[in-house]
Amino acid sequence: MSIVALNVNGAVREVDVEPSTPLLYVLRNDLALRGPRFGCGLGQCGACTVLIDGAAVRSCVLPVSAVSGAITTLEGLAQNGALHPLQQAWIDEQVPQCGYCQNGQLLTAKALLDHNPRPTDAEIRAGMEGVLCRCMTYYRIQAAIKRVVGATEPEAAV
Amino acid sequence: MKTSLELPHALEDALRRLNPTLSRRHFLASSGALVLSVGASTLPVGRALAQAAADGPYPDLDFLQLDTWIVIHPDNTATFYVGKTDGGQGTSTAFRQMMCDELDMAFAQTRLLMGSTDITPDQGGSGGSDAIETDGWPMRRVAAEARRVLLELGAAQLQLPVSEVTAAEGRVLAVADPSRSVSYAELVGGRRFNVSLTGANVNATTGAAAVKPVQQLQVVGQSLPRDDIPPKVDGSLTWAVDLRLPGMLHARNIRPPVAGATLRSVDETSVSGIPGVVRVLQEGNYLAVVCEREEQAIQAAQQLRAEWTPPAQAPFPASEDLFDYLRASAPTSSREPRLSGDPAAAFAAAAQTLEADYEVPFQGHTAIGPAFALADPSDNQLTIYSNDMKTYSLRTGVAQFLNLPRERVRVVYMDGPQVYGRTAADDVGFEAAYLAHTLGRPVRVQWMRHEETAWDTKGPAYAFRMRGALDAGGRLTALDYEARALDYAHVGYNEPDTVLIAQLMGRRPARPAAGGAALPSVLYGIEHLRLAGHVLALPLVWETPLRTGNLRDPDGPQVTYAFEGFIDELAVAARRDPAQFRRELIAASPEDDSFRRARSLAVLDAAVAAHGRWEERSAPRAPASGPVLSGRGIAYTYRNNTVVAVIAEVEVTRETGHVWVRRLVCAHDCGLAINPVGLRNTVECGMLHGLSRALWEEVQFDTEKVTSVDWASHPSMRHSDTPEAIDIVLVNGDPNPERPDLPHYGAGETSHKPMIAAVANAIFDATGVRLRRAPFRRERVLAALNAIQS
Repeated sequence: MSIVALNVNGAVREVDVEPSTPLLYVLRNDLALRGPRFGCGLGQCGACTVLIDGAAVRSCVLPVSAVSGAITTLEGLAQNGALHPLQQAWIDEQVPQCGYCQNGQLLTAKALLDHNPRPTDAEIRAGMEGVLCRCMTYYRIQAAIKRVVGATEPEAAV
Repeated sequence: MKTSLELPHALEDALRRLNPTLSRRHFLASSGALVLSVGASTLPVGRALAQAAADGPYPDLDFLQLDTWIVIHPDNTATFYVGKTDGGQGTSTAFRQMMCDELDMAFAQTRLLMGSTDITPDQGGSGGSDAIETDGWPMRRVAAEARRVLLELGAAQLQLPVSEVTAAEGRVLAVADPSRSVSYAELVGGRRFNVSLTGANVNATTGAAAVKPVQQLQVVGQSLPRDDIPPKVDGSLTWAVDLRLPGMLHARNIRPPVAGATLRSVDETSVSGIPGVVRVLQEGNYLAVVCEREEQAIQAAQQLRAEWTPPAQAPFPASEDLFDYLRASAPTSSREPRLSGDPAAAFAAAAQTLEADYEVPFQGHTAIGPAFALADPSDNQLTIYSNDMKTYSLRTGVAQFLNLPRERVRVVYMDGPQVYGRTAADDVGFEAAYLAHTLGRPVRVQWMRHEETAWDTKGPAYAFRMRGALDAGGRLTALDYEARALDYAHVGYNEPDTVLIAQLMGRRPARPAAGGAALPSVLYGIEHLRLAGHVLALPLVWETPLRTGNLRDPDGPQVTYAFEGFIDELAVAARRDPAQFRRELIAASPEDDSFRRARSLAVLDAAVAAHGRWEERSAPRAPASGPVLSGRGIAYTYRNNTVVAVIAEVEVTRETGHVWVRRLVCAHDCGLAINPVGLRNTVECGMLHGLSRALWEEVQFDTEKVTSVDWASHPSMRHSDTPEAIDIVLVNGDPNPERPDLPHYGAGETSHKPMIAAVANAIFDATGVRLRRAPFRRERVLAALNAIQS
């Protein structure tokens, strides 16, 4: 075991764990976070997604010792008590059924829109392709993302 | 170590209330007794009341007591207690709407708790799309009874006859002067109703009051947003998987590497280098490791060396040989064919006969979150935290399995990954209970991905032989349906002798369940009909990953694929438009129970109308030129009293065989819609789940083990497979003005049922190729395209 310091949702947290421990179990079991969830342990489904320096990362296959950036989990998406526009769109579109995968859907959508605020439908599909949902809320998820994209003012022509 | 017990607030409140040492003081508004003939009580209000203290024992709740279902609090809010679960289809919101209407409380004044065995009456949990259709009725009736009692109490308080008071938003008001009113809380807040109900079983539960006519329902019919969604998107919801108990251990299972293998020996030194290993447990062929930390248990389960002896005989044929096996083997049982008319004579007299074989492989639940349970043996009781949709049978089954008195066991229901039938949530509940009971500490078990995908229960594989006869005018005169289902030893819910751990420990029923081969839902007027079914078994019956159990509409997608696919073939042979062909068959039906014939015609017409560009044609659109072939297909079916018609528009890439369902249209009639948006989303996701089964899902195996074990080897539908448009029409009823208002029927499974058929029929329209083996992965489609072109 060794002390590892993590920057999670804006706060530095220290944990005493084996350095090889996947980040997922540290976030869930040592830091009591509930957003990232175990889905496959193989980096295939996306249920465990967190943002590290803004990039969507699979925490189930990432050793905690390899983390260097700032981690944002689903709990850290809302700012100053205000839901992120994606979270509001998820409510407006009544997206989740069981909801188990929605952590990964939301954070992957966040990374997608941060990188490309006005994606086409094809870019939304491609950007979200790696996140699985077994209740099959895909159509609702895409509608929610389009709702946020549609609410974004186009950048002024240069 | 974390020692927080983080229960959802509503449940936590309820649990606190149930513990008299914590709750009595602040929960009781006063020691005042109810007036009214129903008597007085100074007991604390709450489910199970004093008898159900959180530390047990946990007697069965009396569903014939109004207090079991409804509590009015001193702040003039109410809590409803129902014995159902919500897998994400919004039934918790719908139930509240139904009960609010009957009780005359505003939605925001209420909350609802579900499915925890010592808090809510045993309504059996969920399943069979019966939540709204069946279980909603006792909820409506008990809420109506509570309103009746409150009107009596309020009338007495206001010194008016009952006929001169009414109720709204949790108050009893004088009809003549609504400013004269008294709140429900002033009448019963914090105290018991102490009203007995009647009914031979929980679904028959009723009081003296009648429910309201449909025309008076105001909360029902509104698309109120689901209150479970905000905490699911902001990360604040505590799921069952999130619970952390003091002293809790983590366990992982080790499954036989070959199905039917016998565990010879375990080398515990192989995990001695891993910190935190608490125990290696073995009983029969059940093997598990228990560790202090989760990642330790995962590593230990991977690293543990064990010797297994494979079975003498191969447990099953390889998946590519499955249908040969299925057609060549002798059935374990055959049902008496359902016969009408004289099919043999009709076939002999036919102008044209058709024959076709359809095949559907085993398909699994493969939940996004592998099966999970946490069991706590504290205080000589056993509490299981679970998202199992059948919490009540989990409680009973575990008590039997561990030989514990039922009253010492309870199941606390919490949110979890999807449950569309008999999932491994059953199996893991028993495993957690066994491990916690054995070790005397709380044990959390979650299956690994390979375990979930390989070892969860499967929907049965089916082979069908269809035969049809047309007369010279193209009229369908006879149909012969013969199904062969690999469904022997079908496991039920939470059976203490068929859950996986019991099988592996050698505890089994004397005789496996017979299983079943389902018949199609036929509303069509076909004069000469024979419907036959056979059940078959694989060589290995127990301890097999190819064990069947209920999967969403357990046999419907398979059977409807064969039946509605073949009806499409008959339409083509008759040179008729497939929608028109079906319309005439439905119109010829002699049956119209629950107006099902008229409603079936209505959904068929509504689907075609909503599609908007249905071109009648008597032959497939194919062959067309170009790299992408497009077409549309229709399928119709019903489930119980809910009827549905679905149209799929597909694009097939000629060079690759890739199928994209570009658009789906669905017309759906489940009677009275409680929450239209919630219903639409349930219908939509049910369709897409069916689409995933049509395009991707297949359990694959060699002659030793399941080889489809993760999302690479067992693909599921993804974002890119999603249609660009989904149009859902809610058809409530039919054009018949004589028809009375329909009750509320179920919607959890019907739209799922016709999807494989609709997609296959659309692929035929696009390509001229009839796919009679699901799923329609690109390599299978491409092979079929190449076969027709060569």
